[in-house]
Amino acid sequence: MAMQILPPDWPGNYWAHWGIFTVIILVFVLLSVLAFIWFERRAMAIMQARLGPNRAGPFGLFQSAADALKVMIKEDIVPSRADKLVHWLAPVVAFVPVMMVFAVVPFQGGALLADLNVGVLYIVAISSVTVVGVFMGGWASNNKYSLLGAMRQIAAVVSYEIPVVLSLVGVIILTGSLSLQQIVQAQDIPFILVQPLGFLIFFIGALAEINRAPFDLMEADSELVAGYFIEYSGMKFGLFFLAEYAEALVVSALVTTLFLGGWRGPLLPDWLWFLVKVGAVFFVIVWIRTTVPRVRIDQLMALAWKFLFPLALINLLVTAVEILVWPELSLWVLVPINFAVMIILVLLWSKLFKLGWGRVDV
Amino acid sequence: MTTREITIQTEPFVVNIGPVHPSTHGVFRMRTILDGEVIVNMEPVFGYLHRGIEKLAEERTYGGCIPLTDRLDYLASMSNNFAYCLAVEKLAGIPLPLRAEYIRVIMAELQRIASHLIAVGAFLNDCGAFMTPIVYMIREREKILDLFDMVCGQRLTYNYMRVGGVSQDIPEEFIPALKKFLKEMPGWINEYDRLLKQNEILLARAKGVGILPKEMAINISASGPVLRASGVEWDIRKADPYSIYDRFEFDIPTGSAGDCYDRYRVKIEEMRQSLRIIEQALEGLPEGEVRSEVPHLIRPPVGEAYGHIEAPRGELGFYLVSDGSIAPYRFHVRAPTLINLTALNDMMKGWKVADLIIIFGSIDICLAEVDR
Repeated sequence: MAMQILPPDWPGNYWAHWGIFTVIILVFVLLSVLAFIWFERRAMAIMQARLGPNRAGPFGLFQSAADALKVMIKEDIVPSRADKLVHWLAPVVAFVPVMMVFAVVPFQGGALLADLNVGVLYIVAISSVTVVGVFMGGWASNNKYSLLGAMRQIAAVVSYEIPVVLSLVGVIILTGSLSLQQIVQAQDIPFILVQPLGFLIFFIGALAEINRAPFDLMEADSELVAGYFIEYSGMKFGLFFLAEYAEALVVSALVTTLFLGGWRGPLLPDWLWFLVKVGAVFFVIVWIRTTVPRVRIDQLMALAWKFLFPLALINLLVTAVEILVWPELSLWVLVPINFAVMIILVLLWSKLFKLGWGRVDV
Repeated sequence: MTTREITIQTEPFVVNIGPVHPSTHGVFRMRTILDGEVIVNMEPVFGYLHRGIEKLAEERTYGGCIPLTDRLDYLASMSNNFAYCLAVEKLAGIPLPLRAEYIRVIMAELQRIASHLIAVGAFLNDCGAFMTPIVYMIREREKILDLFDMVCGQRLTYNYMRVGGVSQDIPEEFIPALKKFLKEMPGWINEYDRLLKQNEILLARAKGVGILPKEMAINISASGPVLRASGVEWDIRKADPYSIYDRFEFDIPTGSAGDCYDRYRVKIEEMRQSLRIIEQALEGLPEGEVRSEVPHLIRPPVGEAYGHIEAPRGELGFYLVSDGSIAPYRFHVRAPTLINLTALNDMMKGWKVADLIIIFGSIDICLAEVDR
């Protein structure tokens, strides 16, 4: 977008592009987070036979803005035994990486801050930094609940990073590039059809990484009250909250970009397609949250290592073999094959699990 | 290269879960010793809600104690009224008109459904099914509260039953409203089952967790759904039929394993059985008086009496000792939830923090009754 306004040979182009997209990303993330919070509360309320926020503005649209304002003017309480510096730093460390991820997410063709040729790698690397902030917050608060929550978070992220990354490799093999821009351009058919198993693993793993139900046991409100940010108040709490929803936004945007064809779609303008798809993915996340109970920490680990990890490896192998054996073949042929592979594998692996009696055994 | 064994020094640490915690259903404190996530020991601390109801009752007339019983298990006030009135009637030998018996049974069974709805909803909420089941169940509980509102004008502490009957006859609009409720409720119970009965995560979380073996359940004299989930077919309504329960046909749902899942299923099944009882009671509801002639100040003969009923949470008993005056000499409550809590530590040992919450939730306690 910025490219068209200015002459292409203008020397300040680089910095103008940089500046404009930084503003766009900031505004986009903050506004989407506010919209997401409102959307989640309203959608959940409707699913749960309640009304949800409906007082501030039409349909309660300004509720998030009012909440944000309230959070900003609240007193900032730091526990007396807390590690002050780390306690102060933690929300920043948690929030900044989430924003940085958007640098490589294309909003439409060419509309992104930096078309890195290692885009996927960049996302995987940067988004893991958030967990450091979470653990800093949990540790520095000097509270046992927050420590438990932070420990769970570390365990979950360490385990789930692996299947998530492996599931992305399938997409990368199909595209032959790590750039998100090129991944979208390669999706003449959305990769969710070509990589159904990869999508499933990525989505489940991503839910676990960003603490969304049914894997929200790092902040489990019925167990640990709020988990790692139990001792935070005011805008520091606000930053953790922002980071949490911004992570949900990241996952929605990544699923859109990697599996749902990014900005591509008929009729509507490109950027609108992107927003619609992001909204749809977020709706599914909210839907899951209203429906299912929470898993336990050992079940979470078991799912990652015994279910998702082997399946991700097999998916990687199958995709690689397919591309190696039939490099010229249309991707449409792979759709039924991969769906069949997914169904067989998921059924097979489900048989290996013995559910119940308090544990998940293989 | 030599390998070096690294041993990390770990030590168990103490976490106070409660008294202010979203999942303790009141003000209950669990002083838990944790080894990482695993529970080494759990020490319950309660009494934060002690109001001295048993002592207060000794200063009041027999009729004046009924509002106090409302404040015991506030999720099942009707049952508390019922059990207390039963004890006084036994003590003073007061007869009851038949219509009052039927109304009492209808109210007690409606109360059981309302109480179980909250219990199951809160349990599922503890499992992490965020708000959905409990909001659905509160929606239906609201309809029961509307029915109670019709008969006595109250929604939580009813003070409806009197020694020798009930305070007033049911109004005209009550019967059609109750019939409508009876028609709709089975569908709603099926709706809860469709939502979560066979959910993989719920099965993994609740099945086999927090087992209360049959022998231990009997030894701690547990009662109610907690006992029945352990496979003991013991229900005061059948074992020692009080009021007119011998006239109705119903089953006693039991579990087999005694785990959290069984306790949840038993409560759901009991709701269905309660609906059956209400239907039969509604059919047989006779005309007539709802209150027998009872003096304003009851002076029971010197002696003692124990009246017990199958309250939603177990055997609720009132033990009254009379010295011939207008106030009970001794007023003791056998609170089912307090006794069901006895095995909590044994059920929790070795499980994880997340299990602690759902085991505690599945026992379904009401702190107002535990602390009294």
